[in-house]
Amino acid sequence: MYRSQVLVCGGTGCTSSGSTAIIDRLHEEIKKNGLENEVNVIRTGCFGLCALGPIMIVYPEGCFYSMVKEEDIPEIVSEHLLKGRIVERLLYSETVTENGIKPLNDTNFYKKQHRVALRNCGVINPENIDEYIAVDGYRALGKVLKEMTPDEVIQTVLDSGLRGRGGAGFPTGKKWQLARTIVQDGGQKYVCCNADEGDPGAFMDRSVLEGDPHVVIEAMAIAGYAIGATQGYIYVRAEYPIAVQRLRIAINQAREYGLLGKNIFESGFDFDLDIRLGAGAFVCGEETALMTSIEGKRGEPRCRPPFPAEKGLFQRPTILNNVETYANIPQIILKGADWFASMGTEKSKGTKVFALGGKINNTGLVEIPMGTTLREIVYEIGGGIPNGKKFKAAQTGGPSGGCIPTEHLDIKIDYDNLIAIGSMMGSGGLIVMDEDNCMVDIAKFFLEFTVDESCGKCTPCRIGTKRLYEMLHKITSGNGTLEDLDKMEKLCYYIKNNSLCGLGQTAPNPVLSTLRYFKDEYIAHVVDKKCPAGVCTRLLQYKIVEDKCKGCTACARVCPAGAISGSVKEPHSIDPAKCIKCGACMSKCKFGAIVKE
Amino acid sequence: MKTLEELQAIKEKLQSQIDLRYEAHAHTKVVVCMATCGIAAGARPVLTAFSDLVQEHKLKDISVTQTGCIGLCQYEPIVEITTPKDGKVTYVKMDAEKAKKVVEQHLVQGNVVTEYTINN
Repeated sequence: MYRSQVLVCGGTGCTSSGSTAIIDRLHEEIKKNGLENEVNVIRTGCFGLCALGPIMIVYPEGCFYSMVKEEDIPEIVSEHLLKGRIVERLLYSETVTENGIKPLNDTNFYKKQHRVALRNCGVINPENIDEYIAVDGYRALGKVLKEMTPDEVIQTVLDSGLRGRGGAGFPTGKKWQLARTIVQDGGQKYVCCNADEGDPGAFMDRSVLEGDPHVVIEAMAIAGYAIGATQGYIYVRAEYPIAVQRLRIAINQAREYGLLGKNIFESGFDFDLDIRLGAGAFVCGEETALMTSIEGKRGEPRCRPPFPAEKGLFQRPTILNNVETYANIPQIILKGADWFASMGTEKSKGTKVFALGGKINNTGLVEIPMGTTLREIVYEIGGGIPNGKKFKAAQTGGPSGGCIPTEHLDIKIDYDNLIAIGSMMGSGGLIVMDEDNCMVDIAKFFLEFTVDESCGKCTPCRIGTKRLYEMLHKITSGNGTLEDLDKMEKLCYYIKNNSLCGLGQTAPNPVLSTLRYFKDEYIAHVVDKKCPAGVCTRLLQYKIVEDKCKGCTACARVCPAGAISGSVKEPHSIDPAKCIKCGACMSKCKFGAIVKE
Repeated sequence: MKTLEELQAIKEKLQSQIDLRYEAHAHTKVVVCMATCGIAAGARPVLTAFSDLVQEHKLKDISVTQTGCIGLCQYEPIVEITTPKDGKVTYVKMDAEKAKKVVEQHLVQGNVVTEYTINN
């Protein structure tokens, strides 16, 4: 038996900052010191604090080492693992107190979090089914098959109040109930999992699949039993290689153990799973497009109704749930609907995972009870805005969502509150913006994304988003008029009301919400021809302040366009006609003599 | 796998390893001194014995860790056990056999093994 365990994060974030080399080196050094029978190295999923990666935790002490480099490993092994002396310089500063190490769960980042969907991420080895079983894995499936009828399962999910975590928030139990009852001809039904996480900046589903793949498999089998399906598909992006690999391993292990396949737990229930890889089209996250893609056709959406619960995959009744939704199911079955319903707000139960990104200190993955305020997420869990800058807005829901401005910082986050202020929960991307972000530019960024990702099947989305993008481009170039703002708003509503699928129906949201909360910035672009945040280059001018310029010539030498002239020890000047506004001179100047306005 | 009992058996086999990850801040602490003096005197088998025995007995809320030199090098290997009931007890000149007795009597039954403590 091992006396010590070293858990190293093997999520995508830490893997790309070098955790694989760290694990290899750990094995090497542990062997060198003859500790291979005493210390176990485990590659886990995401711990959440991606900003501090690569991360490792050493048990039994619970030492949280952050930003570990391969060169640090010999010291960690010879000092900590061999001699028991903690390598203090590598400890996460928040865990260090006068009386030793503080538990990670008491740090600001983890204190307010409540981990349900992520409960095993960063705790177990995702490539070892036994570890999942050791944390009560597959017990919910056993309970369902041995003790519950399909209707009881559905009732439990209904009572829990769980709503779809993919963004729209449709009650999960309702979806299952429809799929169970609407067609009862004894034919095939399907259970699908939407792991086509496409929002820029969102990585919740990836982290669940990487850190705890069995939870999705178990939940899909439970769903299969509830609706009467024997086959499931997980539709996952091919850009998630680690997640795909761990899912494959997990499915094979579950089959070996007989937890997938024929006659599971001798109950007479058969269920099996297959993976389908998506090529990364954003529209394939839309349910009808996703199912069309699984069928092997070009991923395009179709009209609803008929809803997938009636005619879905291969024209058969199908349920499609998001990864995070499934990750909640086994816990609901084991701990009961009341336990789940005790968390959250009146209409939004449970917790929600957010991928925190943008201008925030603790970039990473957080899971909070519904009803937590945005202020708590940004300032307490997220550690505030870097460099003392001011919070301007948070963007939720990616290209389908909207902005939450400062005046709504105290809003309790749940499905309905976010809709009410013109944003949406979305799948959980949360991008924080500070005073240096131009809101018109942000809207343009998301529109550019939807223009690229529109599948082209329906005209309002294909042409409408393109025209909308062109208007935004006109405004950021300094050629916009006040009339354009009105036209833009009208076009937004037209696209929303007439598009075929969710992609088009929500694509104008970033424009509408920035128009609603940051109209002054639009007006500054249109009337004053200025970009207040200093982002839109066409509206900027770089200038040299004569009094401050010492004539050191540094700027003239660094300018790639040869736009700066002047003699030594004399104030220089910039030729606006030649200036390409790259900002190289400004970052080079030691005297702060160059300003942009 | 056919039954829930089989599932339970796998869970129990791995339970102590998983518990280790949740018990970093346990109430009962077994600390083995592992500086050069301790290692030279044979602290390593003592540490592994404690860690194996705690897991074999499926003891809960106990962490087995190491520390450096506490300054009593002639008494090494030294093991300090802190429990909510008895506070800190210091065992000296330990070996794997003595560790077994300490686990069974002190950690399992709650009786300090006074013959191995520092005052004797």
